[in-house]
Amino acid sequence: MDFSFSKEQELLRKTVREFVEAEVAPMAAKWDEEDHCPVEVFRKMGELGFAGVFVPAEYGGAGLGYTERAIILEEVARHSAGLAMFLMTHQLCVAAILEFGNEDQKKKYLPGLASGKKIGALSVTEPTGGSDLANHQTTGELADGWWVLNGRKCFASNSSNADVTVVTAKTGTDEKGRNVLTAFIVESGNPGLSPGRKESKFGLRVSVMGDLVLNNCKVPPESILGGQGKGQRVALGTISEVGRAGMSAISLGIIRACLEDMVKFAKERNLYGKPISTLQAVQFSIAETRVDYEAARLLTYKALALKDAKQRCDLDFTIAKYFSTEAAVRAAKRNMDNMGGYGVLNDYPAGRYLRDALATLPSAGTSNIMKVIVAANTLG
Amino acid sequence: MSGLKIAVCIKPVPSPDQYHRVGIDPRTKTLVREGIPTVINPLDKNALEAALQIREKCGGTVAAISMAPPAAEENLREALAMGADEAYLLSDRAFAGSDTLATSMVLAAAVKKLGPVDLVLTGNESADGGTAQVSAQLGEWLGYPHLMHACGLEVMEDGFIRVDTAREDCRVAYRVKLPAVVSVVRTINKPRFTSLMGVIAAGKKPLSVWTSGDLPVDENFLGLEGSPTKAGDIYQPDLSRRCELLEGSAGEIAGAVLQKLRAAGLQL
Repeated sequence: MDFSFSKEQELLRKTVREFVEAEVAPMAAKWDEEDHCPVEVFRKMGELGFAGVFVPAEYGGAGLGYTERAIILEEVARHSAGLAMFLMTHQLCVAAILEFGNEDQKKKYLPGLASGKKIGALSVTEPTGGSDLANHQTTGELADGWWVLNGRKCFASNSSNADVTVVTAKTGTDEKGRNVLTAFIVESGNPGLSPGRKESKFGLRVSVMGDLVLNNCKVPPESILGGQGKGQRVALGTISEVGRAGMSAISLGIIRACLEDMVKFAKERNLYGKPISTLQAVQFSIAETRVDYEAARLLTYKALALKDAKQRCDLDFTIAKYFSTEAAVRAAKRNMDNMGGYGVLNDYPAGRYLRDALATLPSAGTSNIMKVIVAANTLG
Repeated sequence: MSGLKIAVCIKPVPSPDQYHRVGIDPRTKTLVREGIPTVINPLDKNALEAALQIREKCGGTVAAISMAPPAAEENLREALAMGADEAYLLSDRAFAGSDTLATSMVLAAAVKKLGPVDLVLTGNESADGGTAQVSAQLGEWLGYPHLMHACGLEVMEDGFIRVDTAREDCRVAYRVKLPAVVSVVRTINKPRFTSLMGVIAAGKKPLSVWTSGDLPVDENFLGLEGSPTKAGDIYQPDLSRRCELLEGSAGEIAGAVLQKLRAAGLQL
C-alpha cells in the first residue's frame, strides 16, 4: 500500500494553495458575511483547470482524476468552504455528464463546463426529501416529441447561477408501482426553468442554494442523460461517490483550518505567564483534532484511490463522508473552545468554521442516512 | 525581433512560514537552510513571468537555471509548470557554501553552456540572503551589459531591449544591446498562477542536472573554500522580551512611558 501523493500531486497542491492564499483567503470572511458568490473567482479557477480537473483533455479538461479534484477542494475549503461548495456542486454536473452522457452530450457541454465558462448544477432533492427518491413529485411527460418537466426542486446548490443543470423527474412507474426516474440536462434560458427563492443559510454561505422551478419546461429527447428510466442511477451514482467525495474533501479543508488556527492561537495566547500550548488540556484538544484530520484524510483519499482505479467505492465514500463531516464539527467546536471568548467574535474565523462544518452534515446525505447505509452493508 | 533565448535564474529560499527554522552556522557564518521547505524566491517568479511574457510576444525559449541542492528539482518543476521550456539544476557538493561570486561564476558557466543566450533575467535580490549581488556579477562573468531594479522590459526591433529601472522618485529608461543581464523588481509584473495543465506539462519537460564536471568552472573558485567573502561577525540578536508593570494614574503612567522611550533613545 502506498499512502503518499505523487510529486505531480504535491506540486498541484502547492500551486492550488498559492492561488487560494492569494485570491480566496483575503476575501473569504467578507464573502461569508455578505453571502456573496464570487463568480469571477470561479472563472479564474476554470482557467486554471480546477473546474474540469477530472475531465479528459479531449473534452477540454485537465485530464487528471478525482484524487486531484479532492486536493483542490480541500485547499479551497481551507480558506472558504462556501466557495469549495460552489465548485463541488458544479463538478457534480460535470461528473454526471462525463460518466453518464453520450458522446454528443459530452462534446456539447463538457468544454464549457470544464473551462469554467459555464456553471453546472445537479438538482435532485425535492420538498419530500433528498434521499427519498420513491416520492419524487417532479414529472416528465412526452408530448409532441418534447419532454415537458413540471415540479419544484429545493436545497438546490447553484440554483440561480447555473447555466447547465441536471435534473431528475418521474417519467413512469415500474411493474411494482415504484417511481421510474429519468435525468435531463436543462439549460438556463429555457422559459420553463426558473430559480425560486434563494435560501438564507448559516453555513457554506458563499454557495448559492435555493429552489428550482420547472413549469412546463420543454426539453428535447436529446436532453435525456444516461438513458430513459435511468435517472436514479445517474443521481445516486453521482451523489454517492462524487458528492460524498466532495463533502469529505471540503470537511478536510475545514478540519485543517481549525487545526492550523488552533496551533497558532495556542502558541500566541499567554495565560498564567506562558503560552496555552503548554497546557495539557489544550494539547489534548489539538491532538484529538490532528487524529481526526489524519483519519478523515486516510478514509477520503483511500476511497478516492478506489474511484480513480475504477473500483467500487460507494460504501467507502459513505464512511468517509460520515466521519469527515462529523470530525469537522468536532474540530470547529474544539477550536472555538480553545479560543475562549475570542472564539465567538466574528473578527476570527472560528464561528465560520463551525457554521460551515455544521452545514456539511446534510449535504449528499445526512449522518443518519450514512449510518443506515453502513449498517445495512455491515449487517448484510 | 523574434525568437529570444532567455535564461532565468531561480533560487530556492525558505518558505516564509518556515523562517523560524532558519539558523546561522556559527563556524561558517552562513545561513542554515537544510531540511526547510523551500519556495521559488518571489522576485525570481517576477523574472520568470517577464521571460514568459517576452516569449509569448516574440517567440523563443525560456530556460530556468538553479544552483542548489538536489531538492531544488521541485522548485524547477514548478518553474516548468509555470511555463519555462526547460530547466537545469546545477548541483554538486563542491558548490556548497558558495558566496555570491562563486554562485554567479557557476551560473555564468551554465549560461555559456546553454549556447547563445540573448537575455538573462534574475530577481533583484533573494528573500533570504538579500545581497542583490548575483545579477551584476553574472553580467561581469559573461561580459554582458547588466542592469538592476528593472520595473519595465520591452523588446525592441533592432536587437535592443528597453529597460525601465525604478529609482526613488523616477523611472530611468535604458536602451540596452543584447545579450544582457537584467534583474527585476516586484512592480514589473504580477506572476501568473500555475494551471493544472501546466503541472501536467511540467512532468514531460526536460530537466537536466549538471555537476561541476559538466561545467567549465575553475575549481579553485568553487564552494566555501573558493568564496572570497568572509563574514566578520554574525550573531542572532536576543529578542527575548521583558514585562514591567507601571502603576499610578493614567497621567503618571503616560509620563513614565515617555521617560522610558526617551531613555531608550527615541527622539520625541
